[in-house]
Amino acid sequence: MSRILTMSRAGREALDWEMERRPEIFCLGEDVFKFGGIFGTMDGFGAKYGPERVISTPISETGFIGMAAGAAMAGMHPVVDLAYIDFIGVCYNVLLNCASKTHYMSGGSVKVPMTLLIGTGGGYNNAAQHSQCLHATVAHIPGAKVVYPSNAYDAKGMLHTALRDENFVIFLTHKGTAGVGWMGTPIKTTLSEVPDEPYTVPFGKVKVYREGRDVTITGLGMSVHESLKAAEELEKEGISAEVVDLRSLVPLDREGIIASVAKTGRLIVTDEDYLSYGVSGEVITTVTERDPGLFRRPPVRVTTPDIPIPFSRPMEQAILPLAGRIAEAARKLMA
Amino acid sequence: MQLTAEQRKGLLRTMALSRAFDDAMIALYWEGKLPIFQFGAGPLPGELHCSNGAEPVGAGICAALGPDDMITADHRPHHVAVARGVDLDRMAAELLGKKPGLSQGKGGHMHIYDPSVNFASSGIIAEGMAVAAGMALARRLQKRPGVAVAFIGEGAANQGAFHEVCNMVGLWKLPVIVVVQDNEWGVSTAKSESTAVERNADRAAGYAMAGEWVGTNDPDDIHAAAARAVARARAGEGGTILEVKTARLTGHFMGDQQAYIPEQMKQVDPIPPYREKLIREGVLTADEADAIEAEAKARMARAMAFAKAAPYPEPAEAFDHVFAGEAA
Repeated sequence: MSRILTMSRAGREALDWEMERRPEIFCLGEDVFKFGGIFGTMDGFGAKYGPERVISTPISETGFIGMAAGAAMAGMHPVVDLAYIDFIGVCYNVLLNCASKTHYMSGGSVKVPMTLLIGTGGGYNNAAQHSQCLHATVAHIPGAKVVYPSNAYDAKGMLHTALRDENFVIFLTHKGTAGVGWMGTPIKTTLSEVPDEPYTVPFGKVKVYREGRDVTITGLGMSVHESLKAAEELEKEGISAEVVDLRSLVPLDREGIIASVAKTGRLIVTDEDYLSYGVSGEVITTVTERDPGLFRRPPVRVTTPDIPIPFSRPMEQAILPLAGRIAEAARKLMA
Repeated sequence: MQLTAEQRKGLLRTMALSRAFDDAMIALYWEGKLPIFQFGAGPLPGELHCSNGAEPVGAGICAALGPDDMITADHRPHHVAVARGVDLDRMAAELLGKKPGLSQGKGGHMHIYDPSVNFASSGIIAEGMAVAAGMALARRLQKRPGVAVAFIGEGAANQGAFHEVCNMVGLWKLPVIVVVQDNEWGVSTAKSESTAVERNADRAAGYAMAGEWVGTNDPDDIHAAAARAVARARAGEGGTILEVKTARLTGHFMGDQQAYIPEQMKQVDPIPPYREKLIREGVLTADEADAIEAEAKARMARAMAFAKAAPYPEPAEAFDHVFAGEAA
């Protein structure tokens, strides 16, 4: 059986299934016990599993995420809710130097299996400290896996995969895609038929959302859905766009990206993270290093520019990589 | 809890072995670094933070622990590792970057991991605080016994992680002992220049933890305080901040000239006074003490021979162990 679910409900189902069967899994974070985490991934878990396994913490991210790493080293699999990725500033050492490097620095003798759930992104007027994506900032750390589902089916399957992984997995969800009430009506393309039974979606494989001939548009999180909107518009104008969801940054499916560009010869990389030193450059380099001859036209980036996210609606809407900007970039590429 | 004569001889033995470890490493460290000093040269490259002077802390605390207990140490981990019984041969090999090292040459002297004795260290100041508390939390969830001990320096008590973790240890009554090794110096910054209170043990009151302060760098006194802290932790009474006034005899790292230390603040080597005390109290004879020191040097010589003879890892092994479950 399957039903249509939001990403939030789908992810919750995976975590619930694993927690029922595996005593080493426990939840840790601000407001997880009463609130079920900011995206509802642990909704109702406080009542079901009790305060021992669903631990609401003080506002002490360095402390409790570091404790999660220690618990993982001692045989547990913590699932930590860090709410917004903007807050990595107050716990970055744990990500950078501890959870990601202990397995390597111990020559493989110590494992750190933990899953860190983080919400990303803007588009709802929350200004520069609550709207960032910063996925490149975490994907840059060797030793951390970074995944980023954009729909309910992947949210469930990839969370099962994360919870069975022996490594530190940073599990990102764009706030606008999660389907939680306070973000308004869920975006249709984030909803999917989700099987009742557990299943895994492997890390490191792109998902081709929509096949096309003329231009490849890669996306991540929310920008997948903006790309799909743009592709619909472009279709009416006779431009056939292929929308590729990267969905996993570490590992990154470089072959999947190259295969699509080899077919279309044109590449638009959409990314809600900042323009410079990030995923968009990495995607283009991936193709260029293999064969710059694959590009019939120079590749294009549609991202958030290198500015703090502005608060006011007209400014924010103008700088995000929304469908209008993506479609415009495609038209220019095809001209 | 009164220590037996055998246990006190054991403390001297542990301190002597730790000192022998550091002395041997210091001698090797200078190979290839004279007359022009550079970190990366010679058979023992990198920074080297020696434990000379802090041996009583490792010996005294670890003697109060059992095999179920867990330890995290910091960038200056040798004395704790030796006292905990970390594999000496493999630790020596790790310092030299050799394949049979504890981490196959991927860690070096600041990153010592020996899960067989529940030992881990980290080069980031105060990072081990949270890891230790998390290990204690894991044991609680697993319904298994175990006290976690985080060894840090007095400088680390000014890190945010220290305060966040102490608060949670107090809040959740976790069996965690924070051993603050006050050697007076955070590189060149004196405790009086960095710390608002004279004793970090006093900070325990702010976190509903117990505070213990040991003003002598004597393993008997340190052990007594540790035994009280361990008993409280095992009884479910929560954590302790246990501060010890200790020493740092060879600077922050090798090559540190310590010109910033005024004459009146020069520190005392704690091993000869303890040896004299044991002889004075009839615990052992001078000959027995000599034998303990000679045996420590001989043991370390074997470890060093093992390390020197061991092969280096292949360059391509740098790509192994980034993730578990992939290339071994």
